[in-house]
Amino acid sequence: MNEYKEIREKALNQWEELANNSIPIIYLGTASCGRAAGAMNVLKTIEETLEKFRQKAHIIQVGCIGPCYLEPLMDIQLPGKPRISYANVTTQKAEKILQACLKENDLLPKLAVGHFGEESFNSQSGIQRFFDLPMLKPQVRVILRNCGLIDPENIDHYLALDGYQGFINALESGPEKVIHEVKESGLRGRGGAGFSTYKKWEICRLVESDEKYVVCNADEGDPGAFMNRSLIEGDPHAVLEGLLIAAFAVNATQGYIYVRAEYPLAVQRLKKAISQMHQKGLLGKNILGYNFNFDIRVMEGAGAFVCGEETALIASIEGERGIPRPRPPYPAESGINGKPTLINNTETFGILPNILRNGGNWFQQYGSHGNTGTKTFSLVGKVRHTGLIEVPLGMTLRQIVYDIGGGTEKPFKAVQTGGPLGGCLSVAHLDTPVDYESMRSSGSIMGSGGLIVMDESTCLVDLAKFFLKFFRRESCGNCNSCRIGTRIMVDTLEKITRGDGEPRDLAILKSVAEAMQKTALCGGGQTAPNPILTTLRYFLSEYETHIHEKYCPAAICSRLFDYQIITDKCTGCGRCVKVCSTGAIQGQLKEPHTLDISRCIKCRLCYETCRFDAIIGVPTKQPYFNESLIELTL
Amino acid sequence: METDTIGLICLDEQTEAGDLIPMLQQHQKEHGYISEECVRYISEKLKISENHIYGVASFYSQFRFVQPGRHSVRVCLGTACHVQGGTLLANEISDTFGIQSGESTKDNRFDYEEVSCLGCCAQASVVEIDGKIFGKMTPDKLRKNLKTYE
Repeated sequence: MNEYKEIREKALNQWEELANNSIPIIYLGTASCGRAAGAMNVLKTIEETLEKFRQKAHIIQVGCIGPCYLEPLMDIQLPGKPRISYANVTTQKAEKILQACLKENDLLPKLAVGHFGEESFNSQSGIQRFFDLPMLKPQVRVILRNCGLIDPENIDHYLALDGYQGFINALESGPEKVIHEVKESGLRGRGGAGFSTYKKWEICRLVESDEKYVVCNADEGDPGAFMNRSLIEGDPHAVLEGLLIAAFAVNATQGYIYVRAEYPLAVQRLKKAISQMHQKGLLGKNILGYNFNFDIRVMEGAGAFVCGEETALIASIEGERGIPRPRPPYPAESGINGKPTLINNTETFGILPNILRNGGNWFQQYGSHGNTGTKTFSLVGKVRHTGLIEVPLGMTLRQIVYDIGGGTEKPFKAVQTGGPLGGCLSVAHLDTPVDYESMRSSGSIMGSGGLIVMDESTCLVDLAKFFLKFFRRESCGNCNSCRIGTRIMVDTLEKITRGDGEPRDLAILKSVAEAMQKTALCGGGQTAPNPILTTLRYFLSEYETHIHEKYCPAAICSRLFDYQIITDKCTGCGRCVKVCSTGAIQGQLKEPHTLDISRCIKCRLCYETCRFDAIIGVPTKQPYFNESLIELTL
Repeated sequence: METDTIGLICLDEQTEAGDLIPMLQQHQKEHGYISEECVRYISEKLKISENHIYGVASFYSQFRFVQPGRHSVRVCLGTACHVQGGTLLANEISDTFGIQSGESTKDNRFDYEEVSCLGCCAQASVVEIDGKIFGKMTPDKLRKNLKTYE
């Protein structure tokens, strides 16, 4: 206890110094998403500009604060003023803002997106509060409470904001009380299946063994999901504290974090955080003077989606091919090297410090009955405000897509929940609350939390094909139904999207999908047909149009439509003429252009380039050659 | 390749079967690919057969068994990137250089890979070149960008 007080006091001093800053502080979001938007170039410009101005300032690289569509985000905190955020900062813009803020004391209210101070600052500055932005206002920040606000590479920042207090509470109250508190909170595993967290813990705690393991599953393989990455990059200690708490509760001695190889920055930050923990006495023997020994090792995944499944993950940690095995025995009884192993999702670990700090009852205030707490989602696709969000469970899809996401540019068509193993839900489901049971009864799953929004320019037959192709590639090949089932489904969908579809194909798809659901060995194979089953259920007409009319309404399946320019809408801007590599589009400036179908290769560049929706897909007029028939006659 | 250079990777008491994947990863990080010498060496060190090592390594998409190009281009074909036109970027590469995923250009300038998700979905479509991630890519931007790599 005293050791903790000591390290925390030091951290608080450092944090207060920062809060009462005498020189400007510049915060820059440099998580992977910020970097993809060009944050590292901005960082260079900031350093150069400060040098030029001979101005002293702290530069703090922070994690993702959520609204990725505003990246790169640069915040400036002048002495005595709240932190002010500027969005979509380019190198030129950064220079301009720094010049105004540091040299002319002008906060550029027109360029600022929000401040982090009190509401009274609104009228003073003409800038609104950052967390009052339409995307952020309906959100609750529990798991992400530190993301984007602290330096993830500085353990003192985390400690100053009550970091490791939850772990101390756990140490003080003993393992039974910890499990009781988790039970009280109603927390369910955030990996997707929604199994009660405390139950898993209890099973693992009761198994007698000289060695036990705790594993953090950060093998976030779902394409379109990046919640775990953002959490680890923005606040690695939150996850590590959760791991300590769980290890203490089940009496484990060794922890693993299994991170995807595609997340190098997350790996780097975790390793750094772990070495800081060693320095502070938070890992190793007799942690903080208590009778508790624990160490954590970072394992990098090697690029296999199926390793997100717990038994496959264990095989991978053991140095084997990542193939799932039948359960029981569950890993909580027999996992790594046959020893009891507790596996939880990254986000579950990220929530734990909050529960142990504030109590299980406190956690229940968020969410609905049976679905307590908050959940992070990655909101991406065709919504206006893309990014990482955190909402109480039970919020409707409509609130998420429209209030937080700001809706879509073209009419909304579908939202895919639960990643490649989830399902596509239609407009009719927009009022469905997002919780474990409602998602399952609509034919989808909660999954780890990817939400991909699609508008009318997305073809759902093509999307189902995309997901199944993904899973065919990632299937470990161990059980027949998955290996052969995905193959049949992909082949059938290929056939439909190239225009050879027959009515009986739909029945084939359905029966194979259902067979796979019933017979596949692991959770992956059982849920892989979900995209097919949900699109067949909610978007059947789109399949029928592909099969009967040989037409793809979204203009994606290249054989099933022709591009056409709507002369009334075409302004003759010439943008499409420039991108057309085959010269199929011709026309004078300011006059409607024409498109020669015979030269068009349907690369879609003109469609994506046109700002006036003047290019559309229409049913094809060209005679269609069925290649399979030609083969037959030869 | 000298066994000595590979020997370096095994110095920190890595002797369990569970260390196979980290050892392969470390080797690939340093040498770019998994060579036959590497497999032979690890086989002796960990006392497991070369066949077994190939079995494990070939299961994971991260490992490659041929020398990579001077620059690595990875096009993300995750869901968000797919919806935002990632396929167009993949087509741009295969049309321009005449290579498919997993192949290298003849002059060994680029090796090319299509990956499932780089986790920068809000910046879709995404391309990674030599570990640097570029967001909101279009075929046009990609073409210009690749010209700067020799």
